[in-house]
Amino acid sequence: MLHFLQQLGSSTRTSFAKLGRATFFLGHTLTGVVDVAIRPRLLLNQLHSVGVLTFLIITISGLFVGMVLGLQGYNILSDFGSEEALGIMVAASLVRELGPVVTALLFAGRAGSALTAEIGLMKATEQLSGMEMMAVDPVNRIVSPRFFAGFLSMPLLAALFSMVGILGGHMVGVGLLGVDDGSYWSQMQVNLDFYDDIVNGVIKSMVFGFAVTWIALFEGYDAVPTAEGVSRATTRTVVNSAFAILGLDFILTAMMFGDI
Amino acid sequence: MDNSDISADSLISVRNLSFSRGNRKIFDNISLDIARGKITAIMGPSGTGKTTLLKLIGGQLFPEQGSIVVDGLDVHQLRRKELFNLRKRIGMLFQSGALLTDINVYDNVAFPLREHTHLTESMIRTLVLMKLQAVGLRGARNLMPNELSGGMARRVALARAIALDPMMILYDEPFTGQDPISMGSIVHLIKSLNTTLGLTSIIVSHDVAETSAIADYIYVISDGKIAGQGTPKEIAASESAWVQQFMNGNPDGPVHFHYSATDYIEDLLVSSHPPARIAGKQETFKTDESLKAKGLKKTPSRKRGRSRYRRED
Repeated sequence: MLHFLQQLGSSTRTSFAKLGRATFFLGHTLTGVVDVAIRPRLLLNQLHSVGVLTFLIITISGLFVGMVLGLQGYNILSDFGSEEALGIMVAASLVRELGPVVTALLFAGRAGSALTAEIGLMKATEQLSGMEMMAVDPVNRIVSPRFFAGFLSMPLLAALFSMVGILGGHMVGVGLLGVDDGSYWSQMQVNLDFYDDIVNGVIKSMVFGFAVTWIALFEGYDAVPTAEGVSRATTRTVVNSAFAILGLDFILTAMMFGDI
Repeated sequence: MDNSDISADSLISVRNLSFSRGNRKIFDNISLDIARGKITAIMGPSGTGKTTLLKLIGGQLFPEQGSIVVDGLDVHQLRRKELFNLRKRIGMLFQSGALLTDINVYDNVAFPLREHTHLTESMIRTLVLMKLQAVGLRGARNLMPNELSGGMARRVALARAIALDPMMILYDEPFTGQDPISMGSIVHLIKSLNTTLGLTSIIVSHDVAETSAIADYIYVISDGKIAGQGTPKEIAASESAWVQQFMNGNPDGPVHFHYSATDYIEDLLVSSHPPARIAGKQETFKTDESLKAKGLKKTPSRKRGRSRYRRED
């Protein structure tokens, strides 16, 4: 029992210490906005590796998710004779929930893990230390551009995901199952609210982008600088990001749509 | 060690420095001076904190106690900006080279120049080619770091370290894992750069022969203390058994060949039990067959010896 309490105490302390380090790290990262403003090239390079290289997985996943939504939505809606509502059903699910959440999960798997591994390896090979000794702040120089790139990419990727998903739903619903083309789009146009649905979806994806990129970069920076340490950190990035995304999603949904 | 002798020509003065990692004391109240314009070597077995000393000098780590003064500036009292200004005057060669892996050799050497100066690209090109010429790798400027051999990577890192014309260079294990040719070229480079550029060099190493060949002064560190110091000749003639063992690489001596363990025979007889169960008995292995044959008695272990070969990270 005493041992259990001891373990509980020490793991709580470790977790809070880590949270503290992560917060300082975030503060330090945000000061890098100056570096990024002076040298936009750093940001552009990272937007490419964090954003553009995640493009393919987001597009393909979005297409399939939209197609499945079209199929499932049609099956349920046709029982009530309201297939024409398929458009709004697909669009609302994607824009409000699936777009931001699934994109963030995929982003954590593709870009987040890559960021952790990259920063962790730079630490393990003394590149970060070397930069410090060359009087260059590695957090501002290396971490900050990646952070802002992740934060900016996420909403764009989520928007792309939703857009491709809506087209996928259209392909299956209208193309294969015979839902009326005009009602698919008009229902969507009439019922989807710009602020309630789209802006809230964008806010969600920005929050997720912030959280995932922060977690990924911090885990890399805080990794034990060995091969094993980096691999563990990469795993932690994906697991912690998933928790953060789903937990934050509940909180944000409750605040935006839940009347809680 | 007399702590009052801060001589005028010392570039670095370390005074009463103590540093620990966890419960392990890496440095226990040590003081040393690094002479300006000379090559000073810090030697000692792996895990004695030689690299830690360089990181303390560079201000990357904070000591528990004591001070390090570099060129009149107390490293750990400096503000961040002042520390960065000091670091611009210090080149450091890391053991792995620490080249940035996503840019080529040319850009690696140009990196500090682009970060800290407002020179035009054509000026930077001239400087980079001069630095690369000095280490003999002007022809390798377009290679990526993963295309370089270990020795070449270290030479590129050396070119980068001298890019800003520093007042001193810290070498972290420059000879480790080098083939004889690249070892020879690095030994030659350290010596010639120090002379031609008027640098101060600090070499952290455990390669006795190479280091002794070029060092002007040597400190030997063991167990957080300075075990010996002097010119290479003085060190070689040292009366300390420990220094002798280290310099000559004898397998046994004050540092035991065997890691501290329970009695060998006892250990074998209870081999069906995991060693942890008999860990309460802390007696060193000492019943080597030859010892027994000579009728020598068991001696208690040196408990401090157990941490000697543990890595610091």
